[in-house]
Amino acid sequence: MTTLTEPAPEVAPDPGPPSRTRLRRRLRGVPLPYLLLLPAVALELLIHLVPMLVGVGMSFLKLTQFFIRDWSAAPGAGLDNYRFVLDFDTAAGRALLASFWVTVRYTAASVALAWLLGTAGAVLMQREFRGRGWLRTLFLVPYALPMYAAVITWAFMFQRDTGMVNSVLGDTLGLVGTGGDAPFWLIGDNSFWALVVVSVWRNWPFAFLIIMAGLQNIPRDLYEAAAIDGAGWWRQFRSVTQPMLRPVNQVLFLVLFLWTFNDFNTPYVLFGESPPKEASLISLHIYQSSFKTWNFGLGSAMSVLLLLFLLLVTAGYLAVSSRRRTVV
Amino acid sequence: MSEPRWVSWARRLVLGFLALFTLLPLYAMLASALKPLRDVQGDWHWIPTRLTVEPFVEIWSTIPLADYFVNSLIVSGAATVLSVTIAIFAAYAVSRFEFRGRNLFSVTVLSTQMFPGILFLLPLFLIFVNIGNSTGVVLYGSRLGLVITYLTFSLPFAIWMLAGYFASIPKELDEAAKVDGCGPLGALLRIVVPASTPGIVAVAIYAFMTAWGEVLFASVMTDSDTRTLAVGLQEYSTQVDVYWNQVMAASLVVSVPVVAGFLLLQRYLVAGLTAGAVK
Amino acid sequence: MRFGKLASAVALTLIAATAAGCGGGEDDAAASEKLVYWASNQGTSIDHDKQVLQPQLDAFEQQTGIEVELEVVGWPDLLNRILAATTSGEGPDVLNIGNTWSASLQATGAFLPFEDSVLEEVGGRQRFLGPSLAATGAEGKPPAAIPLYGQAYGLYYNKKMFAEAGIDGPPATWEELIEDGKKLTKAGQWGLTLQAGQVTENAHHASILGAQHGATFFAPDGTPQLASDPAVNAVQQYLDLMQKHKIVDPGNAEYTDTAKSLKDLADGRAAMFMNQASAGSFELAGMDMANLGVAPIPLPAAPPAGSRKVTSFVAGINLAVFDNTDNRAGALEFAKFMTSTPVQVALNQAYGSLPVVTDAYADPAFQGPDVKVFQDVLSTTAEPMPQVPQESQFETLIGTAMKEMFADAAAGDPVDAASIKDRLVQADEQLAAGS
Repeated sequence: MTTLTEPAPEVAPDPGPPSRTRLRRRLRGVPLPYLLLLPAVALELLIHLVPMLVGVGMSFLKLTQFFIRDWSAAPGAGLDNYRFVLDFDTAAGRALLASFWVTVRYTAASVALAWLLGTAGAVLMQREFRGRGWLRTLFLVPYALPMYAAVITWAFMFQRDTGMVNSVLGDTLGLVGTGGDAPFWLIGDNSFWALVVVSVWRNWPFAFLIIMAGLQNIPRDLYEAAAIDGAGWWRQFRSVTQPMLRPVNQVLFLVLFLWTFNDFNTPYVLFGESPPKEASLISLHIYQSSFKTWNFGLGSAMSVLLLLFLLLVTAGYLAVSSRRRTVV
Repeated sequence: MSEPRWVSWARRLVLGFLALFTLLPLYAMLASALKPLRDVQGDWHWIPTRLTVEPFVEIWSTIPLADYFVNSLIVSGAATVLSVTIAIFAAYAVSRFEFRGRNLFSVTVLSTQMFPGILFLLPLFLIFVNIGNSTGVVLYGSRLGLVITYLTFSLPFAIWMLAGYFASIPKELDEAAKVDGCGPLGALLRIVVPASTPGIVAVAIYAFMTAWGEVLFASVMTDSDTRTLAVGLQEYSTQVDVYWNQVMAASLVVSVPVVAGFLLLQRYLVAGLTAGAVK
Repeated sequence: MRFGKLASAVALTLIAATAAGCGGGEDDAAASEKLVYWASNQGTSIDHDKQVLQPQLDAFEQQTGIEVELEVVGWPDLLNRILAATTSGEGPDVLNIGNTWSASLQATGAFLPFEDSVLEEVGGRQRFLGPSLAATGAEGKPPAAIPLYGQAYGLYYNKKMFAEAGIDGPPATWEELIEDGKKLTKAGQWGLTLQAGQVTENAHHASILGAQHGATFFAPDGTPQLASDPAVNAVQQYLDLMQKHKIVDPGNAEYTDTAKSLKDLADGRAAMFMNQASAGSFELAGMDMANLGVAPIPLPAAPPAGSRKVTSFVAGINLAVFDNTDNRAGALEFAKFMTSTPVQVALNQAYGSLPVVTDAYADPAFQGPDVKVFQDVLSTTAEPMPQVPQESQFETLIGTAMKEMFADAAAGDPVDAASIKDRLVQADEQLAAGS
């Protein structure tokens, strides 16, 4: 029933050790592609799919600290957990909703800026100049730095009274107040932007890398042809570079979107377990709602909703972008 | 192509900004690592007034940094090797064969990227414990458990990227190998893999970095013998003090080999991405 | 052929990883005599803890022949590790817990209940300091743990700065504290420093001041009632130190660790700090110890109706025994050893905490005036944090709410009683619904 274009391969009749031969014989009936996929499928099942299904199951249980020791004793909750987190008339529902919007804004700002900086960096470094190799190397360092080291350094720099950020912005540039008037970065309204800056710092090199690779695939003669047609630099960028990068950007946006939306590490290291509400990302909110309070039914219900949202957005995005691709 | 003047000005401006943006935290890290604790806790000074290398000595005894470093290397290294190996086979299947369920496989694997880690952390942990109880294979608290967890984190992207890379290698080369008496696997190992070195290196770097920085799962799934750096570094902040200078020194020490390796391999990374992911 | 080679290479790698990855060691064969002990991080570093504890563990092994495998777990990890152990049943035999977690963890049923007979095995109820023993689980249930290290809050102050400002002693009432604070506040110097960005610290102060105002955060049946008027007044009183009386640097709103406040005091940037006993840390922070004094946290001059005479919560660390330990007798033996008088003296001296058994206070190490202050607070004016299963949620919710209010106050947005009430109502709702 398979639709192989290539015949199932003959496995060479190699007389290996007996046990291996027996295994091989048993597997002989299975077409090669499936054998090749077997380890990947098995591991994805074990680590992702089965636990996820268990997680979905948990969301229908009243799984609080009273029952985590023996799950089988946990009473069913029906849709109670969902009803509870989706009831926006209550404080808990409102908190979840607020956290969701913070995450949406954070993702939009972070992805857009990372993409912008990545594109600017890559396009402006297309042409050879002195020190280009060094600069490229430098730009990749944030991506190679261990996450914890990078974020904790930013936390250190964002301290109000003793941090480098206020020292630069206040004392050196005079853009913000100093001393008692210095702005806070780790609490209050600014904490959102502090989070965005750290996220962009860590992610833009990835965008830079991918776009740089994408640029190398654009044939030179396209630019030459455009130049002959009298297109200036900006015109060439608009009519050659951008369209040629579109497939790259489509993937890049999706990857950055998923990473950023699910980001747990950055706010966790930057603010600790209790982030300011202006920067309370949804994954941290879920962590608090399940691991701090040991109410895993509730936490799972939130996670499932988050997953549904991401599936919806991704499916929509892929549908739209693939339609556009066929048009172009 | 000739470029107008404004572009070269924009280049200086934008690249200058990016360089500064990138450098400032790196400088803060270095400068703070060379200051005594009291100076680090005080107001920010660009030039350390009292230089000391003591933090670099103390980091090894404040926490078992060397052990954590070795753990991280083993876990990330093993996860990388296995992830790349498994991805090579899967990518070969996806790029060279038409079979029932191919799309299902691709979609499912990619969609696992969407799962919020929080959702399956606890169930996974339970599954590990149950496997341990029923088969004796210790997954919880062991490096092995972390290895197989991490390898699946990078697997989807690795498969997808390698499939793209393999697709760019002409099928005629495989055919030629088969004429020479190789099976499909022979063709994979003799022809496709060697021709894909940049792609494989790029995927390996990605897999390594993914495992190297992960915090959430490591914090629940390791104990003091198997703790990785990403979690271990947090121990420089104790109940009474945050040893900022040691945090920075340790961050530098553990970053240097990784950054150096990364930068040495970066040419492969770009080449690999060029032919694989972005094609 | 080649595939076979590759497959065996993969298999080898896997096996190597497995062999290299056998961590833990909880399940080692013939381990029934051996105890696994998770200690919390009490010292200046994990290494410091090991140095303090190992000699005691060696002594224990010599006495009983039971080997104790020590793991010092950092605070960021401890609760998650306990959770993992509870869920899986694979944990240590004996472990430290923050004493405020007692009732929450008790609810899981994972810990051995210290019935009277069990308490007898570790030396008997009467040996322990009453308040510390009260912070070991819900009232009316057998304790889920026994006390190990005691702690209490006091008001640290800089004698030299007080003298310079013409103040002859520590404040005796809250009104005096504000008055003194104003005298001590001038350019580059503040009356008081607070860990206003620290969630649990905020929750502790809410509970202390709450008691002074007569608030109870949980009704006897366990229903949360965070938003009562006394609670609002308590939070307002704490917040006003920064917002109304301006004796606290607004920068304190982002203080998330003790180190900064200690250093402010040591450097003369602040004159007072309400904290747990922390002489050793002050010394590390460079404090001139001759200038450091400590007094109980002051009470209101005119106590409101229902006010309780509370200047601290019962802080400290408890020792719990995992219910499914293979070596119950050994674990209890160890618990008895850790709470024996000589070990209590040695450990609490090393950590700067307070013994939890009354006998230990006879030791000369605990005769200093500062220790006397803390001891007195702990035994007479300390009240346990609410011993209810949702305690950790309570701390998180009220502490976070206060952290946010401090952030607003620091940014210059006034926080009035109505908005305090509003936030406490929200916390209350979340607490009620989440349980």
